[in-house]
Amino acid sequence: MFEAILLTVITASTPLVLAALGELVTERSGVLNLGVEGMMIMGAVCAFVAAQLTGSPYAGILAGILGGGIFSLLFGFLTLTLVANQVATGLALTILGLGLSGQIGEAFVGQPGIKLQPIVFPLLSDIPFFGRVLFSQDLIFYLSVALVIGIHWFLFKSRTGLKLRAIGDSHSSAHALGINVIRTRYLAVMFGGACAGLAGAQLSLVYTPQWVENMSAGRGWIALALVVFASWRPWRILAGGYLFGAVGIGQLHAQILAQNLGIVIPSQFLSALPYAATIVVLIIISHNRRTTLINTPASLGKPFVPDR
Amino acid sequence: MRIELQKRARVSTLFSVLSPLLALALTLLFGAIMFWLLGKNPVSALYSFFIEPLLEVWSLHELAIKAAPLILIAVGLSVCYRSNNWNIGAEGQFTIGAITGSILPVLYPAWHSPMILPLMLILGMLGGALYAGIPALLKTRFNTNEILTSLMLVYIAQLYLDWLVRGPWRDPQGNNFPITKTFQIEAVVPEILSSSGRAHWAFIFAIVAAVALWFMMRFMLKGFEVSVLGQSERAGRFAGFSARRMVWFSMLLSGALAGLAGISEVSGSIGHLQPIISPGYGFTAIIVAFLGRLNPLGIIASGLVLALTYLGGEAAQLSIGISDKVSRVFQGLLLFFVLSCDTLIHYRIRLIFSGMKTGEVKG
Repeated sequence: MFEAILLTVITASTPLVLAALGELVTERSGVLNLGVEGMMIMGAVCAFVAAQLTGSPYAGILAGILGGGIFSLLFGFLTLTLVANQVATGLALTILGLGLSGQIGEAFVGQPGIKLQPIVFPLLSDIPFFGRVLFSQDLIFYLSVALVIGIHWFLFKSRTGLKLRAIGDSHSSAHALGINVIRTRYLAVMFGGACAGLAGAQLSLVYTPQWVENMSAGRGWIALALVVFASWRPWRILAGGYLFGAVGIGQLHAQILAQNLGIVIPSQFLSALPYAATIVVLIIISHNRRTTLINTPASLGKPFVPDR
Repeated sequence: MRIELQKRARVSTLFSVLSPLLALALTLLFGAIMFWLLGKNPVSALYSFFIEPLLEVWSLHELAIKAAPLILIAVGLSVCYRSNNWNIGAEGQFTIGAITGSILPVLYPAWHSPMILPLMLILGMLGGALYAGIPALLKTRFNTNEILTSLMLVYIAQLYLDWLVRGPWRDPQGNNFPITKTFQIEAVVPEILSSSGRAHWAFIFAIVAAVALWFMMRFMLKGFEVSVLGQSERAGRFAGFSARRMVWFSMLLSGALAGLAGISEVSGSIGHLQPIISPGYGFTAIIVAFLGRLNPLGIIASGLVLALTYLGGEAAQLSIGISDKVSRVFQGLLLFFVLSCDTLIHYRIRLIFSGMKTGEVKG
């Protein structure tokens, strides 16, 4: 029973973790991309369609990553090359993504999907208690954990990561030092898009293997809140992602439990819990202005035009 | 090839006017390509999407019905965005306004008085304003990002409405449909010209709100305060303006207008509450605000344009059999092109071909 709940929590949390990780790298470079929801849903539809057409969920994963990554280039072009307002462009990306994905996926509504099968590590998965939870998962889960470690190493131990953080904290200084601000930001935006796309692929290949319009249901926005919650640190994204995932799954179990006990709690109130929890968490994290100021990349959301 | 920007010495008035038109033209061009890819004749598809709905009087009424909430919400949002407050939860404020405005007709269906409609509209505005007050309070008191909180509140508002119409407010004689009682006649926003179509007073409210806010932004100190604080909070402080008070002002104003849009839509166009009362007006209004260049009078025009994409979507679905989701793609594309064309207002764009050095390009 406990193991089963843990498994569902992990499945519900993985897309949040992935999307938030990608956004973390984007924001660390000083770019605020509010289009996570749009990139995620594009990833979901691309993954589903590719998996249906080829019969392989792995082709689906690849399509999800590419779909999210390429879609994010639109945002990159507008905000980095044309210096458009990042907040407005991010919203545009979400609106367009929701519309475009509905259009692409229309022919696939109601088709049974192909579920990505777990990869079982033979001996490790026999370890009692956590063996099955950790070592008989699908590829996307393993990728999410690997990404947390990889991004932590990249940001805090590698030279390129240091440059990326420098750009995020002061793009003018980084530019003066000869770092190519725009190119790095393009790469960071695309990485964010690819991660959001992968998160979307998880939704349509693992979480609920089918295509439903708007199936991301605000997860992209929750991922954005998660980055703030994690104060731009990869490990905290992992912890926060599982916390948010647990709230989501917890409300489902609470509904069943309440039903069994004969207590009437309207399902809508419980469904609203993850959104309410996000607000509460944001309040707790943001109320101290000084720590927020220290943690936030100083150039976040500010336009950059290289002076020549 | 590279693209380089050069800051203009002053804002280009030519492109301020041209950029929305350019964006529209580009959207139509991309739309034509999209229809062609879908295997439709692009010319006839665009015709039935954007021209046909304008040819009949009843259809113009429908245009006004769809434009009214878009304009009402967008003029409020324009004040928010100009003052750098990113309220993106208008859809939620619209929903709550619809709920609070409906309290009287739902709970007192037998109250027949001319007082009821004005009270409903006031309650709707209050509800929308209070709901927008939540992100305002969180921003001023706890420094919380209003983008995320206002958006989360949209989901909560929609779930609350869903619960109301399936639970306590459901009409017992409604054959188990999740709808409330149909509003009594006194609680319905009257039609403007009932002989020719359904358009109701919400459209008038929208025009009045747009003109009033245009006047405020253009001629009143408050409008100046909005612009100054939006461009530089520091400069605003020196002028004695309070950024904190501006958060409250812009959020409450846009919330009230979204709430008014909500109750007018429910009362004038639908006639009862139901789980879904809006085809995303609160989000589309963001596009309306930007296409109108955050200018209330421009927003009247852009509201009509985006209302046309809704109507065109419905019309094209019937006449040429393409899905109504195309209209959402159009809306998204339009916002993209608007934002990219706006670059032309502040910057000169030049293409640098390989082999040329930056310094060689003069002009």
